[in-house]
Amino acid sequence: MSKKPLLEFNQFGIYCQQGDFYIDPWKPVNYAVITHAHSDHARWGNKHYLAHHLSKEILKYRLGDISLETIAYNQTIIRNGVKISLHPAGHIIGSAQVRVEYEGEVWVVSGDYKLEDDGISTPFEPVKCHSFISECTFGMPVYTWKPQEEIFKGINDWWHQNHQQGKTSVLVGYSLGKAQRILQNLNLDIGKVYTHGVIQNTHDALIKNGISLKETYKITASTTKEEIRGNLVLCPPSAVGTPWMKKLNPYSFGYCSGWMAIRGAKRRRAADRGFVLSDHADWHGLIQAIEATSCESVYLTHGYTASFSRYLREIGYDAHEANTLYGDESLEEEKGGEA
Amino acid sequence: MKNFANLFLALDETNKTNERIKILKEYLLQVSDDDKINMLALFTGRKPKRQINSTQLKDWALEQSKIPDWLFRESYEVVGDLAETISLLLPLPTQHQDKSLSQWITEIKDLKDKTEEEKKNWLLAAWDTMDQQEKFVFIKILTGGFRVGVSQNLVVKALADIAQLDTATITHRIMGNWNPDEFTFQQLIAAEDASTDNSRPYPFFLAYPIQETSDLQKTALEIESSLGPISQWQVEWKWDGIRAQIIHRKDEIFIWSRGEDLATDKFPELHRFIQNLPDGTVLDGEILAFKNNQPLPFNILQTRIGRKTLSKKLLQENPVAFIAYDILELEGIDIRNKSQSDRRLLLEKLQEDSLHPEIFRISELVHAQSWDELAFIREQSRAKLAEGLMLKRKAASYQVGRKRGDWWKWKIDPLAIDAVLIYAQKGHGRRADLYTDYTFAVWDGDKLVPFAKAYSGLTDKEINQVDHFIKKNTLEKFGPVRTVKPELVFEIGFEGINKSSRHKSGVALRFPRILRWRTDKKKEEADSLESLMLLLPKEG
Repeated sequence: MSKKPLLEFNQFGIYCQQGDFYIDPWKPVNYAVITHAHSDHARWGNKHYLAHHLSKEILKYRLGDISLETIAYNQTIIRNGVKISLHPAGHIIGSAQVRVEYEGEVWVVSGDYKLEDDGISTPFEPVKCHSFISECTFGMPVYTWKPQEEIFKGINDWWHQNHQQGKTSVLVGYSLGKAQRILQNLNLDIGKVYTHGVIQNTHDALIKNGISLKETYKITASTTKEEIRGNLVLCPPSAVGTPWMKKLNPYSFGYCSGWMAIRGAKRRRAADRGFVLSDHADWHGLIQAIEATSCESVYLTHGYTASFSRYLREIGYDAHEANTLYGDESLEEEKGGEA
Repeated sequence: MKNFANLFLALDETNKTNERIKILKEYLLQVSDDDKINMLALFTGRKPKRQINSTQLKDWALEQSKIPDWLFRESYEVVGDLAETISLLLPLPTQHQDKSLSQWITEIKDLKDKTEEEKKNWLLAAWDTMDQQEKFVFIKILTGGFRVGVSQNLVVKALADIAQLDTATITHRIMGNWNPDEFTFQQLIAAEDASTDNSRPYPFFLAYPIQETSDLQKTALEIESSLGPISQWQVEWKWDGIRAQIIHRKDEIFIWSRGEDLATDKFPELHRFIQNLPDGTVLDGEILAFKNNQPLPFNILQTRIGRKTLSKKLLQENPVAFIAYDILELEGIDIRNKSQSDRRLLLEKLQEDSLHPEIFRISELVHAQSWDELAFIREQSRAKLAEGLMLKRKAASYQVGRKRGDWWKWKIDPLAIDAVLIYAQKGHGRRADLYTDYTFAVWDGDKLVPFAKAYSGLTDKEINQVDHFIKKNTLEKFGPVRTVKPELVFEIGFEGINKSSRHKSGVALRFPRILRWRTDKKKEEADSLESLMLLLPKEG
């Protein structure tokens, strides 16, 4: 009889029985290892949290006064003989892959990740393992990203053009991750960057954590329309279509997301501009990442798990579709679940 | 063609009317007259003849993209559009080119005498010079599946501004049988109409619904207060057939459907009466299946639509007639500016003189002394196989397009039934990668029998919620179709119902759509097949 796998999926999350801990649990547990601070991975109610140093302030801001231990990348802690370490995932600031080792067997949980260096998150590092639990949010070959320089050139050109027409540029993206990535790549010679309160709070938490970000101005009740005009505003998806946004008129509004790669999805958002900018790996990125782990088995979570695992099997992997209760990202985005 | 691809992209990125007109004008001012007329042809549905079929296109794209066939199909489901799917899956270009739209259209036409291999080489070379957006638009042109999310009205508005002509003139000039090889941009914008096209129809005048939703029933009093005394209105039944324009000019006859499709060959029994009309006559009306002086349900007419050849038997069993509503041209003169009443008199005279009164019928007038009485008469619509009433202001001219004010449609409430969602499929266009195409079922004993498919009627928010439910509650997958745990109940509205041997349920519905999501109902509370059957029209 084969022994029990080191990691398994149960009703609470990804579980390690030997070490008695969970990774990104979706229901409250005693010990949770958190890959990153997005709300569908770092949930409320766990007794104890373990995460990367750079996630510290943002987790406290989002989850309140929790029992939290933070460690550096490549630092190992041991629970009942199981070695746990975090490794850069390149998804957002502080995002990590979780490496779990016991008696020579190695599993890696990718969390969310991307391969491209975005200039602000610690770049992704492949980790060798026997079994790899990978996300595949964009696991279809129609999703292939262009280098970010190209996308940011488009964004800056768009801002510049709006500026000349006396319009404000409103850019929509997740408050944690996307907003900072955009900010660091904007050309501030064009104008100033204003923020929605939710994004500014996120910035403040990151700054407290020692991250340096370009200068932004928070929009408050006393901020005037004239002051903002021609500048750029960063806001979360939840602000779209609210009275708050009306105050920014006249504006052009751009949406930054991987989903913008498809015309139908773009039209549903009714954005003036869709920028294909994602913090997830694209089709080729996923395959490249999986290859780099030299893994024997791969388990897929998020997105197109059925199609992607079938493809991986056809090219020779022992690939499985994992049933998880992670949020449906496109839906979370609509609801502004990242706010 | 890069500017044409950018035009498409720019139009996609705004839904503000003025913005879009501005974008169209900028494009028109920047390209050659040849490109202008080709663009207009594409935007009005005049596509070059298809030289490469979907199978070839798909096979060659598959070969280039190096993915398995099933993954290609699933990608298509995610994207919801073949041209877009291919454009996303093909490798990046290695070459460069700057050909104009007209040059590409010429090359496409020149494929006519080429071998399959030559076509393939041409296509692969072309793809290798295009970025994703250009590929997408190029494949759209190739497949003839070219639909822009831009109404013809906007293009007309942009053209009218540039040519300094009024929009009604432009709308009229771009109708009919022209193609960009013979019709030049200069002819289009000439001060005097230079057309010699005998087939050219007039733009249809379309009615506005008097009540926007089926929830808000308008009372006779409300109608009176907004439309004034009933004596100022000509009232007719609203028939459910194919709206058509019939033309007799210089020994040539044409039948146009409202979608600007030439349908002359589809209705041979109408030819004789049209030929007997005086030279220079254009009529507006409805083609209906008609037998023994009685209109037949739409599904009878449906058996004739889409048939390549019409058998003698079919023509005999399902004959059609033309119900004339209006006359637009008499003795070669455009009389659309005459009043509704004057046009009606001319139409009546013409019909009385016809030798074919069985085929050339006139739309019967409905007489009522008050709106109250008319509201009562309207209740008989379904029994008459009509969809409701048409109200036409007696003093009104025949206008262009859908205009508020002088023509109103006062439809009857749809039939409705509560049904359970059982199958779902992903949608297309802006509903790509979302489960938006649903099949509904009613109870037959303890079994659910599918009876209708519906695609529309939910808000974007509801669509997201239903999509989420479907993804979490899939029982089985058959290709693109998912069997869904029966749980959600919807009220399904439809305009009519008929027996059908082709459907499992034994009935076929006309225009089924979702009226509302009944979150208050459990699946057990949905209707039964029996109650659906009760809605069938009485025999005889």
